Amino acid sequence: MDAFSVALVSGLACLAVFLATTDKGRRGLELALRSLWLHKLRSFLSMLGIIIGTSAVIILMAFGEGSERDVLEDIKRLGTTNIIIRSVKPPDDSNTNRRQMVATYGLTYSDLEVLATIPSITRLVPMRVFPQETRRSDRSHNSRVVATVPQYAEVNDLTLVQGRFLVPDDDERMNNVCVLGQETAKSLFLFEEPLGSSVKLGEFVYVVVGILAERMPTGGTGGSQAAEDFNQDIYIPMQTARGRFGERIQIRSAGSRSAEKVDMHQITVTVEDIDKVRPTGQIIRSILGDTDRHPRQDWALTVPLDRLELVERTKANIRQSLGIYASISLLVGGIGIMNVMLATVTERTREVGIRRALGAKRSDITFQFLIETMVQTGIGGLLGVAFGVAYVFTHAALRTLPMAAMLFQDGSPSPILHVPSITWSLSTAVGVGVIFGIYPALRAAYMDPIEALRHV
Amino acid sequence: MTEVLRIESLHKRYSHDSSEVHALKGVNIVVKQGEFVSLMGPSGSGKSTLLNVLGCLDRPTEGSYHLGGEDVSRMGDDQLSSIRSRYLGFIFQQYNLLPQYTVVENIEIPLIYQGIRLDSESRARCVGLAELVGLGHRLDHRPMQLSGGQQQRVAIARSLVNRPQLILADEPTGNLDTKTSHEIMTLLSKLNMSGKTIVMVTHENDIAKWSKRIVRMRDGVIESDEANTPDPIDESGPGLPMHLLEEAA
Ligand SMILES: Nc1ncnc2c1ncn2[C@@H]1O[C@H](COP(=O)(O)OP(=O)(O)OP(=O)(O)O)[C@@H](O)[C@H]1O
Ligand SMILES: [Mg+2]
Repeated sequence: MDAFSVALVSGLACLAVFLATTDKGRRGLELALRSLWLHKLRSFLSMLGIIIGTSAVIILMAFGEGSERDVLEDIKRLGTTNIIIRSVKPPDDSNTNRRQMVATYGLTYSDLEVLATIPSITRLVPMRVFPQETRRSDRSHNSRVVATVPQYAEVNDLTLVQGRFLVPDDDERMNNVCVLGQETAKSLFLFEEPLGSSVKLGEFVYVVVGILAERMPTGGTGGSQAAEDFNQDIYIPMQTARGRFGERIQIRSAGSRSAEKVDMHQITVTVEDIDKVRPTGQIIRSILGDTDRHPRQDWALTVPLDRLELVERTKANIRQSLGIYASISLLVGGIGIMNVMLATVTERTREVGIRRALGAKRSDITFQFLIETMVQTGIGGLLGVAFGVAYVFTHAALRTLPMAAMLFQDGSPSPILHVPSITWSLSTAVGVGVIFGIYPALRAAYMDPIEALRHV
Repeated sequence: MTEVLRIESLHKRYSHDSSEVHALKGVNIVVKQGEFVSLMGPSGSGKSTLLNVLGCLDRPTEGSYHLGGEDVSRMGDDQLSSIRSRYLGFIFQQYNLLPQYTVVENIEIPLIYQGIRLDSESRARCVGLAELVGLGHRLDHRPMQLSGGQQQRVAIARSLVNRPQLILADEPTGNLDTKTSHEIMTLLSKLNMSGKTIVMVTHENDIAKWSKRIVRMRDGVIESDEANTPDPIDESGPGLPMHLLEEAA
């Protein structure tokens, strides 16, 4: 918790201790609760603005936290020191050989070589991806072939349950080896031991050298990458793929056939230092942006770190609009409470007169009404917090309700309770009580006792 | 006997917009300890105005007011509040109990403003006072559940809780029937006998004759000021054993 929250919490705690332990405080608190209880509906209605305001703050902050966590996890998965370059099929592809239906685009081996000369880059992981049927005797699996290099495992934090991942030697010698994703392994090998067995991919046979642990499919966030289910993958060495499958790959989908010639679909670039991520990104952009190299925009570059900045900006925006939102609703709530308190003060004019005659000072009267307003806004705040927190925790359950589809977007983040927002909103609610309660309280305190006593 | 209060050439003017009301036009009065004074006079003669000044609820425009030796006529609001809570007890025509409080809680109120800690001891004192006025069995009742006479008795108990030097009553029997009025007057007389100084405003001769001194006002001045011998009180009056009164005093 930051110092601000600590100050707020201790302020609230002091107030609570004061109310609970001193005679005056206890008496004031009791009186306030009693008169609130006497007018339950009126108190509730006047608290409504505060309740809505506080719960809105809690809920919106929770969604802010939730989306922030989603993005941060995404960035972490993509790597903060990483830059991701992908091949993109240009929409208007005039270079496609229409007759042969071969689409040629994207990053090339020459790009890879040039990028390797940039000093700040510590790692380049190219990857070529295409769907292909994998066979094992009579069983087959529609897997995603990923042709890549050994460092792929580091970049993607892969864990193996058996065997090893690809090694440099595999690439150099164009070994026919493969590593299977969890699903691929399961569907190809029912009872046999996969490790050391062979599978057939295209025209060649590959020896299984490793099995990956189950991986959470990613949620294709922010358009940077499509949703990926790594469990369906089969990994083979880059050079092996180049040798065995050639430059062109036939893709069959829904009866139509197409072919594409893409050297690599993605290059994951790792930069030595977080500070060099953006400059390196600029260098890469200028290299690839050379029209001799890529006459068309057939590549895209993603810097996960940029999204971090975006998140910070979004968060600041959320805070700002929340601030405005909360201020408006608390202002409205405060005015509602002030209105009710003014009516209460008028209604209890005689009581004020009696108390004054019996020895109450102006400050006693001020205190009494102020406590009453603060208790009112405090209870309103607590109810709002309770509602907001309850909502945050039941959100997941609410989403499964039949009507929920109308209310929630599919990709919307799930809320995470933002704990400091509880203290902020509670203390703001109590603060609203002070601000809007002081005028009615002073009005009561400065009444002429004799006139107050005569009031009917 | 020591002086409880001394008022000298006291004037009170109310000015509203252009018109000015001269409610008190030079009042001089001294009340000594143990006195039971009735303030009488026609409506508008300034009785309530004088009582409010005596009760430190209002300040005189001119003149001086000493209460227990202190000049209170120039005191500030907070000081007057503290004088009220330490020296004075109020009894009103409309009883003026707080409807949200029970009998005991109503009796307790002046203690809060005196800064006395509410504990079992103070609670016992309030219960004792409720018993003194014959309401020991109605401690947890609310004012709405009590008759006018009973409410006025609670008010009397409340006026005693801070052991005041002076009890001020503005037409304490104004809303009560004859029989109940007599009960209340018996109670006040007994309090006076136990040593309490009382100044009471009343319209009725029947009520005034319970007191030991009758001050008549007219047009903001004191017209007459004479001693009175009250009829001996009926000792069989409700719930008032003398030993309790001694304690309360
Ligand atoms: N707040 C005030 N503003 C203006 N005039 C006032 C105020 N209070 C009292 N007065 C005037 O002062 C005069 C004395 O009033 P006061 O209430 O003392 O009369 P009273 O003797 O108590 O009469 P009653 O027997 O009817 O209660 C009256 O003329 C009244 O109108
Ligand atoms: Mg009067």
